[in-house]
Amino acid sequence: MNPVKSLKAQKSELGESAFQLKVLNDEHRLGQKISLFRDKLKEQSLFPLKPTKLDIFQINVGKMCNQVCKHCHVDAGPDRKEIMTQETMQQCIDVLAKHKFSTLDLTGGAPEMNNNFRWFIEEIRKVDADINIIVRCNLTIILANPKYHDLPDFFRKHRLEVVSSLPATSASRTDSQRGDGVFEDSIKALLMLNEVGYGKEDSDLKLNLVYNPAGAFLPAGQAGLEKEFKRVLSTKFGIVFNSLFAITNIPISRYLDYLLVSGNYASYMDKLVEAYNPVAAENVMCRNTLSIGWDGYLYDCDFNQMLELKVDAKSKHISDFDFEELSNRSIIVNQHCYGCTAGAGSSCGGEVA
Amino acid sequence: MSSYYNSEDLPKFGKIGEFGAKDLAKDFFKYYGETFKDGALTEREKSLIALAVAHTMQCPYCIDAYTTDTIQKGCTQDEMMEAVHVAAALAAGVKLVHSVQMINKAKEVTM
Repeated sequence: MNPVKSLKAQKSELGESAFQLKVLNDEHRLGQKISLFRDKLKEQSLFPLKPTKLDIFQINVGKMCNQVCKHCHVDAGPDRKEIMTQETMQQCIDVLAKHKFSTLDLTGGAPEMNNNFRWFIEEIRKVDADINIIVRCNLTIILANPKYHDLPDFFRKHRLEVVSSLPATSASRTDSQRGDGVFEDSIKALLMLNEVGYGKEDSDLKLNLVYNPAGAFLPAGQAGLEKEFKRVLSTKFGIVFNSLFAITNIPISRYLDYLLVSGNYASYMDKLVEAYNPVAAENVMCRNTLSIGWDGYLYDCDFNQMLELKVDAKSKHISDFDFEELSNRSIIVNQHCYGCTAGAGSSCGGEVA
Repeated sequence: MSSYYNSEDLPKFGKIGEFGAKDLAKDFFKYYGETFKDGALTEREKSLIALAVAHTMQCPYCIDAYTTDTIQKGCTQDEMMEAVHVAAALAAGVKLVHSVQMINKAKEVTM
């Protein structure tokens, strides 16, 4: 049974970022001493971790969502009211007009639930017709309300890349992570996206799926999972998509809560540390990404954003954006970063090594 | 030793070479790793076979490892359970096929 309220609304201690950081650094809970992530980086002369190039501009336009997934690192849900205003969106547009980024990555919550979502996309296209815009669409939002039914057409019109979560090809495992009925609605939404041209081999309309493990384990190889998802979704439902991104669950927020409640926390952290991959560490996404919060504050990644670890720079807000300074900042790391360096590595675009 | 099987021992498997016969361990793990790579069979198919064998061998370490591995590789609960049924059916068949010997012997010694 999925939670109906966010941790924040439940007034759970884990709804507070400071408490999450305390847990992550509590050796007693781990039952053993684990190396500090920063020390791992030091071993390969990567500390302090520096950006390679600011290339991906990732905006979290709000924490409101129609789903309450068990693993959500945002602790998103219908009860979250933190939503980016049009004024902050305009500040983001001003930055995009001045500086060149290859990708604009829109996430949430359900980004489409921000009332200014469509206006925002239209305005961005006016200042940068070519930037690759990703929308992290949870699929079910398309069916949640008649006002969202035309989203596939809107995405197509503005040539958005759609990236959607689907943790399994079965209803039971998908629903156990994302809520009752989510698999069925996700399948319907994927068919609607295919219908307008998304996910087809010869189409420029990219439809990529995100695989997050529905439990306390790491993802298997991305290529094998993609092959299996393509086989099953095509044969069972006639669905096509472009690529599958395998993403490791980061032990913060609701996923950290799940690990603690299920008694899997210590073994999961052990798995992450054991699987530390120096090549993945060199390619972590925070080196080419900048994350903007719903209130305009700047972070190294969406996970640091949820832990309220603002960038280590004077330029901490979109209204005070300093490209040079941010390009040379030191990236803030903590123990949750082991999630991005385990095995083949993990980023918002899947494996990195 | 308080118990012969401890889940904490599973991660130590990869370090058996530290106790002795290092080269043999190294060769074994190389062979093991190569065996499970994609080939004529996919990694996923091999993992399901390993899950069935783990039950046949009644190895708690292997059941632990290959339950997680098959889930990681996207196998469904039905696929996992069917793999175990294959192992169980084989195990039952192995017993039952010996009844042919029993029948032969019975025919030999009776009128």
